[in-house]
Amino acid sequence: MKSSQSYNAPNGLKTPAQKPGTPLEHYVNSAPFDPKSIEQLTPEQEHVFLASQWRLMWWKFCRHRLAVASAIFLALMYLGVIFSEVFAPYNYQARHIEYLNAPPQGIHLFHNGSFVGPFVYGYDMRKDMETLRRVYTPNIQKVQPLRFFCLGERYKFWGLVEGRLHLFCPAKGGEAFLLGTDRLGHDMLSRIIEGGRISLSIGLLGVAVSIILGVVFGGIAGYFGGIADLIIQRIIEVLQSLPSIPLWLTIAALLPITWPPLLVYLFITIVLGLFEWTGLARAVRSKLLALREEDYVLAAQLMGAKPNRIIGRHLVPGFTSHLIASATLAIPSMILGETALSFLGLGLRPPITSWGVLLTEAQNINIVALYPWLMLPVVPVILVVLAFNFLGDGLRDAADPYK
Amino acid sequence: MLSYIVRRILLMIPTLVVISALVFTLIELPPGDYFESYMAELEAQGESVDKTQIEYLKKEYGFDRHPVERYFVWVSGLLQGDLGYSFEHQMSVNKVVGNRLFFTMLVAFVTIIVTWLIAFPIGIYSATHQYSWGDHGLTFLGLLGLATPNFLLALLLMYLANVWFGISIGGLMDTKFVNEPMSWAKFVSILEHLWIPVLVIGTSGTAGMIRTLRANLLDELQKQYFVTARAKGLHPLRALVKYPLRMSLNFFISDIGKLLPTIVSGAEIVAIVLSLETTGPLLIRALQSQDMYLAGSFLMFLAFLTVIGVLISDIALAFLDPRIRLGGGRTK
Repeated sequence: MKSSQSYNAPNGLKTPAQKPGTPLEHYVNSAPFDPKSIEQLTPEQEHVFLASQWRLMWWKFCRHRLAVASAIFLALMYLGVIFSEVFAPYNYQARHIEYLNAPPQGIHLFHNGSFVGPFVYGYDMRKDMETLRRVYTPNIQKVQPLRFFCLGERYKFWGLVEGRLHLFCPAKGGEAFLLGTDRLGHDMLSRIIEGGRISLSIGLLGVAVSIILGVVFGGIAGYFGGIADLIIQRIIEVLQSLPSIPLWLTIAALLPITWPPLLVYLFITIVLGLFEWTGLARAVRSKLLALREEDYVLAAQLMGAKPNRIIGRHLVPGFTSHLIASATLAIPSMILGETALSFLGLGLRPPITSWGVLLTEAQNINIVALYPWLMLPVVPVILVVLAFNFLGDGLRDAADPYK
Repeated sequence: MLSYIVRRILLMIPTLVVISALVFTLIELPPGDYFESYMAELEAQGESVDKTQIEYLKKEYGFDRHPVERYFVWVSGLLQGDLGYSFEHQMSVNKVVGNRLFFTMLVAFVTIIVTWLIAFPIGIYSATHQYSWGDHGLTFLGLLGLATPNFLLALLLMYLANVWFGISIGGLMDTKFVNEPMSWAKFVSILEHLWIPVLVIGTSGTAGMIRTLRANLLDELQKQYFVTARAKGLHPLRALVKYPLRMSLNFFISDIGKLLPTIVSGAEIVAIVLSLETTGPLLIRALQSQDMYLAGSFLMFLAFLTVIGVLISDIALAFLDPRIRLGGGRTK
């Protein structure tokens, strides 16, 4: 290591040797004492060596490009669903009875070689007399430019405040079903955006439930050990050996049909969380078993700290990062679980709109053949689940920055 | 070894007892019972209900007794191989279930084998070629399988098979074989239909398998014994197969325990979409109509299947790894 300060030799050594026998001259170095003078860190080194653990984790996380991209994507998604009514071009409950099962309208920029800006071609509808199906074809005479930051269909923002502002709306007198419409004439894009609010939040709430359960039970098992550990371990084993979907089905079947949608939503969330906490509890337990042997825990015990203070104040912060990483990896299975439950008609029910509820429309093979755009809600499901997986991987790698 | 197996089997008993109690409680929880919903249905259709007959049935099946008492009746029946009585189908559950339990096991078993066959080479390749394009591509493919909801994949494959090959792949066998005894033609027909559900259900477990194997193998590959083996000139393949692979195999086998519940629950949903002759569709129907013995016995069977699976994986693990069967290595 290079030392930035040169070693100051005492004056006495530079002057000619003293006469033998005389006492040494009293010497005091006037420079202030610097204990780090030998191993002085450069500013760059100081930046790295003295960084906090969270900062190290952040650096390591940033090196995982895919995880960073996923984090940004998810942040945008969550931001988006907060303002879902504004981003949706239509009110998601509005029915457009002129357009049932209409195919998606593509966005074009150029009409007859000249630039118009983003626009869609209007539909021509005719009835296929053989199959009695409504067939919509784009009419390239009807150029309908999209409007931006415009007043469109009325909605109630979060069911509270009335508004009309949309990010974009169809041309006046025209329509813009960018992802088509369903069998009742709802705009698919608006419904997918609105469904995201439920589907994305159900994952977060479910994980919150399972984190609480996981920390409490994992904490008890890991910290106290003995009988408590044995019992909790057995419970976890039982829950983990039960196949989740049949179990969810059974519990969802308990649900009285008369319950209001919001209560159903909360119930499903808790059910999802109730069976996902086991993995987190295991992680907490094994980490606690290792950490409780540390000296600082003994010190805290000797000072008379109560167990819940030791767990909460001293032990949990030691593995928060691991906990966050495991929790992130648990979210996808909840989102998929909600989708599966709703698909079977045992989860959320209309008028609540989630991606799973939307996918119930795509239940039979005719839909796949005739109206494939009804399967589009699966695209955000796949993207979000993938993003959570990558994010979780990145977080898990970053959780141990010293590795 | 024997003592380990015996201990492990004994440990299974309390687990099964707790599961059976849990299942019974869940089935018992909804208000009302099958007879009430049955009566309501009949009355809604304008038919008269013979109250005395219903009362007789209720008494016959012990619905006038305390739930705890009924639980013990149910469990002792289960132990003797009597799964109870299905009210909706008006015959014993054993008859309703018939071959379905066998087919559920068949689908789950084949799926695990296929998952392994896919995950094993991919996991090894990903670990030995870390951060290569192949690694990224295969991992991504695995995750894509995980991220796609099973039921939609089933639907899509069904459609594509119809369009491309012109075959209908719903069900587990050709419809003409459904009620026939096992024969070679039936067996071939089952094999022809089996690949779709196996593929669909397998996708979700494969990604997890690949991930586990890759992570564990990567850990082992960094250890010094592997470096030593390579340094003394052991052929790379031999060095890989002889030590690190054997070590990471442990995790692979212990993963059956985790894999099996996933596969069984995935199979239920796929079975409903593809109308397979397994327990899935029947279970849903039974849950909806509160046909409690049918639903309860199904759930119990599925749980039993997974518990047995975990047991097998534990025993296999003990064979492979002496540290586990000796129960040593514990310092505290």
